[in-house]
Amino acid sequence: MAKILAVDDSVSMRGMVAFTLRGAGHEVAEAENGQLALDVARGSAFDLVLADVNMPVMDGIAMVRELRAMDAYKGVPILMLTTESHTEKKMEGKAAGATGWLVKPFDPEQLLATVKRVLG
Amino acid sequence: MSAVDLTQFHKTFFEESLEGLDAMEAALLALDSGSTDHELVHTIFRAAHSIKGGAATFGFADVAAFTHVAESLLEEVRSERRAVDAELIDLLLRSVDCLRAMLARSSSGQPVADADSEALRGELVRLVSGEVATVATVVAPKAAAVSGWDIRFTALPHLLQTGNDPLRLFRELQQLGRLEVRRAFVVDRAPARLADLDPSQCHLGWELRLHGAVARGDIDAVFDWLDGDCELVVEAVTEEAPAAVAQPAAATTPVPAPAPAAGAHPAREAVVAGEGSSIRVGIDKVDALINMMGELVITQAMLSDIGEHFDFSKLERLREGLAQLERNTRELQESVMRIRMLPIGSVFNRFPRLVRDLERKLGKQVRLELHGEHTELDKTVLEKIGDPLVHLVRNAIDHGLETPEKRRAAGKSDAGTLTLDAHHEGGNIIVRISDDGAGLNRAAILGKAIERGLVSPGQEPSDEEVAELIFAPGFSTAAQATDLSGRGVGMDVVRRNVRDLGGSVGVKSVAGQGSTFTIALPLTLAIIDGLVTAVGSERYIVPLISIVESLRLRPEAVRRLASGGEVFHFRDEYLPIMRLHRTFGCAEAVTEIERGIVVVVEDDGRRVGLLVDDLLGQQQAVIKSLEAHYRRVQGISGATILSDGSVALIVDVGGVVQLGRRHKAA
Repeated sequence: MAKILAVDDSVSMRGMVAFTLRGAGHEVAEAENGQLALDVARGSAFDLVLADVNMPVMDGIAMVRELRAMDAYKGVPILMLTTESHTEKKMEGKAAGATGWLVKPFDPEQLLATVKRVLG
Repeated sequence: MSAVDLTQFHKTFFEESLEGLDAMEAALLALDSGSTDHELVHTIFRAAHSIKGGAATFGFADVAAFTHVAESLLEEVRSERRAVDAELIDLLLRSVDCLRAMLARSSSGQPVADADSEALRGELVRLVSGEVATVATVVAPKAAAVSGWDIRFTALPHLLQTGNDPLRLFRELQQLGRLEVRRAFVVDRAPARLADLDPSQCHLGWELRLHGAVARGDIDAVFDWLDGDCELVVEAVTEEAPAAVAQPAAATTPVPAPAPAAGAHPAREAVVAGEGSSIRVGIDKVDALINMMGELVITQAMLSDIGEHFDFSKLERLREGLAQLERNTRELQESVMRIRMLPIGSVFNRFPRLVRDLERKLGKQVRLELHGEHTELDKTVLEKIGDPLVHLVRNAIDHGLETPEKRRAAGKSDAGTLTLDAHHEGGNIIVRISDDGAGLNRAAILGKAIERGLVSPGQEPSDEEVAELIFAPGFSTAAQATDLSGRGVGMDVVRRNVRDLGGSVGVKSVAGQGSTFTIALPLTLAIIDGLVTAVGSERYIVPLISIVESLRLRPEAVRRLASGGEVFHFRDEYLPIMRLHRTFGCAEAVTEIERGIVVVVEDDGRRVGLLVDDLLGQQQAVIKSLEAHYRRVQGISGATILSDGSVALIVDVGGVVQLGRRHKAA
């Protein structure tokens, strides 16, 4: 199964995402903001990154930009977890290099379907 | 695998939402006091945004709907389309209160939205420029007439760099219907020479036909992430398919809003309190614990090795091992206790808001200073110290600090200063609430005390005694009970609450210069340092912290009162002697005072001497509740198990002093 990095400052959201993905057999690492996610991403390779947009210290958009600047993450799928009220954020995320997004609120089934969609 | 149980995340969601609201409130108050830090606005926005996302995810629709409107308003502030003024901050602070109440109702399973929350939401909606229209996407009905779609998909060079893969798209399309790749082509812009080709760039295009009565919306969904990464032309094979149409739903109708009472935080504790409450522990504390555990295992291995092949040449090593075990145990105990310790800042943080509300209500100016927010307290103590502190802060502003006019007349600055300070002092945590107001009003207190029959007219008690009077049950000095302080709880309740935590509270006041209330709290409720004493065949533990001195009295030092009580002279005062064997009914105890030992203990500045047979030594005692196993006993705060396995009772010094004073008065 895949190695996935889940980035969200909300413990409950991150918990839900990680729990769901682990339940589906994935290996999940967690980080609570973009900066920590970069540290984790440097340390090991991931098949997929799921990241919240609004986070303290370093937000999701800046994190995507930094990840794409790293050779190891040039083609790795990165999905933004975003709310529909922020269409411009989606576009900003895409411009930074995000693969796509998953609109909040989502339930575990939607999350797994989307992850399956990216990982095949 | 489906049906992940989301309820397991609810508690975390409530906890972090309350934390978010606290952060939001603090940031709003900082903005209110004139800060222009842009990060504050971000903090506020982020908190609302997270709560909204979580609420929607975990199924709290009303909370999500409310935060959605608040977030829209905050988005306007963030993008500088709306200026921050006092009115807006007021509204947002009320929203914070409202959300706290909504979360409390969510967590207890009650209906979440009520008239107040709906009214406030209406206010927010009216303020948000334009309508907050939720856009409902009406998916077009499956067009039966469509037999398939022609899709011309041309990747832009950077497509692969976004992590998207054309193969994935084809796979997804295949799930909708039979996919036929009619032509794949190399885009014109592709470099002519192979050597110039960059493998990270994509120069391919495809002409696809998707067979079947597929809805256009489903195809769009497959390509939704690729906006800007490809050129896409989708045409119906036979008849044109109706596209998905978006139409705005009716705007929410504004509801006239009655102003709810400001300043009340009814819900703050309600949410997280309760039986299975959890605690967030810093990873460093857990690491320390694991570290200690490792040490303990090593010591245990060493000791069992000595034990297996023991001879007397190993006696020294055995001693060393036992000393190490003792050290390990003590360190482990400290580490475990530290897990329950939380910074008092979480309680202090609610005061900026309270002070702001009181300032407005009372027309006073207050400068609030907080010191020692990082001082850590046991979680249980922390949870229970909030109310007494709130009461003392309210009192200080309501009764202590003067109006700006009066302050000016007294030659002080317009704004009074209220200082909250927490720090360690010996084995205690000291919390001080001091103001630079008028100080306790001796005449008013005495007048009231005489009226209440606490002091007889003509008596001239010392200032200290007068100060003590405010802690008398049912005492209140305000000429008319304001709705702030006069809520039927007086200082006596504050004192009782603090005592229940094993602490004490006292006051020092200087007329015209202000008052200082000092609360002393134990570091933890679970363990005390005690002196083990013998009374007959029983063992009683006296908390070390309360002991002033232990002494053996000569027969002539003891005076017998007409009432039958006994007193002795100790540092310029006469203290009553309490014979513990009599108080607790122990047989075979020492009854001649000169043969036993008198332990002088103090509670709230009041002292008594406890007569015991002997002192057996100092020991840390893990407090076990007596009520849980037996029943409440006056003068006893709990029980513990001694190293020899016997049970000893722990003396509740406050209770015993009360008993002793009663004897003296009698």
